[in-house]
Amino acid sequence: MLYREAGQFKTSYAADMAIFPIRQDRIALIILLLFAFIGIPLLAHFQLWPLGSDYMLRAILIPFLILALAAIGVNILVGYCGQISLGSGAFMAIGAYSAYKFGTGVHIPLEFIGTEIKIAPLPVLPSILLGGLMSAIVGILFGMPSLRIKGLYLAVATLAAQFFFDWVFLRVKWFTNYAPSGSVNAPELSFFGYLVHSPIERYLLCLIFVTLFALIAKNLVRGNIGRQWMAIRDMDIAAELMGIRPLYAKLSAFAVSSFIVGVAGALWAFVYLGSWEPLAFSIDRSLQLLFMVIIGGLGSILGSFLGAAFILILPILLDQVPHALGVPISVETVSLLVFIVTGALICYLLIVEPHGFARLWSIAKEKLRLWPFPY
Amino acid sequence: MKADVQERSGAAGAGHAVADRVIGDVLLSVENVSLAFGGVKAISDVSFDIRKGEIRAIIGPNGAGKTSMLNVINGFYHPNQGAITFKGRKRSIMRPYIAASQGISRTFQNLALFKGMSTLDNIMAGRALKMRRGLLWQALHWGPALSEEIKHREAVEKIIDFLEIQHIRKAPVGKLPYGLQKRVELGRALAMEPDLLLLDEPMAGMNLEEKKDMSRYILTVNDQLGTTVALIEHDMGVVMDISDRVVVLEYGRKIADGTPDEVQRDQRVIDAYLGISH
Repeated sequence: MLYREAGQFKTSYAADMAIFPIRQDRIALIILLLFAFIGIPLLAHFQLWPLGSDYMLRAILIPFLILALAAIGVNILVGYCGQISLGSGAFMAIGAYSAYKFGTGVHIPLEFIGTEIKIAPLPVLPSILLGGLMSAIVGILFGMPSLRIKGLYLAVATLAAQFFFDWVFLRVKWFTNYAPSGSVNAPELSFFGYLVHSPIERYLLCLIFVTLFALIAKNLVRGNIGRQWMAIRDMDIAAELMGIRPLYAKLSAFAVSSFIVGVAGALWAFVYLGSWEPLAFSIDRSLQLLFMVIIGGLGSILGSFLGAAFILILPILLDQVPHALGVPISVETVSLLVFIVTGALICYLLIVEPHGFARLWSIAKEKLRLWPFPY
Repeated sequence: MKADVQERSGAAGAGHAVADRVIGDVLLSVENVSLAFGGVKAISDVSFDIRKGEIRAIIGPNGAGKTSMLNVINGFYHPNQGAITFKGRKRSIMRPYIAASQGISRTFQNLALFKGMSTLDNIMAGRALKMRRGLLWQALHWGPALSEEIKHREAVEKIIDFLEIQHIRKAPVGKLPYGLQKRVELGRALAMEPDLLLLDEPMAGMNLEEKKDMSRYILTVNDQLGTTVALIEHDMGVVMDISDRVVVLEYGRKIADGTPDEVQRDQRVIDAYLGISH
């Protein structure tokens, strides 16, 4: 009965095209944002449950936000434009290492022509955004095959990007500033003179990034370019006959997706890990992101958040629940169980609900509109 | 109030008089076009023209090369021989999206809607070519980008009103019944505001009621907007009723061309459809 939209009339197309045309949804979103921006910092400040220690922020909320951001990026490419990518881990790595290089100063010796390129270390914010930009450029390059090949073959081409960049960041010492161990440390997180240090500050930083990029992504997918992406996904021949240029639509999807994934990679490295090595962005990360998108919901921004939450929280639940119930369970068994449950769930969702949690959520809302009456 | 109604009907009448069907010059001409897939000749040496403002039907038995002809016209197939002149410009090999940008739009024999999108989004996608704001404006979804979106939304709503599909505006098209899907597809083609509208069997699989509706839409579009229509259709009653001139193809060759009456009396057309007694 609460979720009833009777009496809510739209008098302009702008109102009808709003992201949340239903008033109850808007209120819920405002409450959620208020809680995320004010409630959680307050809870953390007064050390109240469940934020009594840093664990919740460090191990759950920060990675959730960054991975949700990456999942939004992957969703634009896979869910909205229909181009399967197995190289998202590589694009996170490109974002992370580019941001690192821009943050510590780029120095390209060009001895054979007797010159060199030197860029002084940049502040953190431009570094992160430039990291995203580099990722977008590489994304466009590796998106070129999509103009010729589709589906599984494209997935293999993006897989090549994954392995290539794994190798590059491991072997080309220039990217790691010749660190002997191959592991690098993020520069200090200083924004306009303000040093982001404590977990709650890091959390808020990620939250700002995620909120902004989620809004941008939503604006893109409900606008002209989003319709072009979906048209290419649903029926590429008809799209072309209607004047949509496949080149522009596909490569713009690759660029936007890689940009967001690159920014997420830079955040993952700078804010979450602090110091990292190429293994942090291996093929496992690519697959994890793809699973998030499939489970959460292809072609849904909300789904990216749901998928990220699920993939991240599942191992923790499987670890905690048996302990709470008094069932002894070893760490190895937990990690195996995670694989089993994730795999089974993906199979189940692919068969029963290919649009993931996001569709289940919208079905629930449809039912709620009528509840408690059947019609 | 009464005066208002009179005025409006008067205006409508005047509009009708202005848009009174004027068949103009040649809009598109097909000259000696041949198309072969390997050894299979789909079209051989076909020539005809489409005049501005007319309804031109392309008919023929199954496999006569009608759909291939439409595919050649909008650039999806490239003819092996012959040339196509559209709006006075002879065209070389071109990509379909260029044909679309020059003002040719079409519907498909087997629906080719964007199934994951709503009716509204499908028709809005038809206006992709007309929307000019770049990625950054769209990312903001504010200011010029928003007013552009609203402007095109208004145009799309007119099409939705015209086709009487208001109730399925927000419904995903994959779940709509066939007749409505056909209508949405026509709407998507109309959203491009084409000069030449190609319809590939717009009434296939429809009942009498739906055929009447569809014919009415086609006639209204032709009459009010002055859109030139080329359509492929198997229902001879419809073809003879609504078209100005008819081309008949058989086995990739043109066997007749003329007004519906002329074509109906043509012995070769009768033979092609009814067979010849041996």
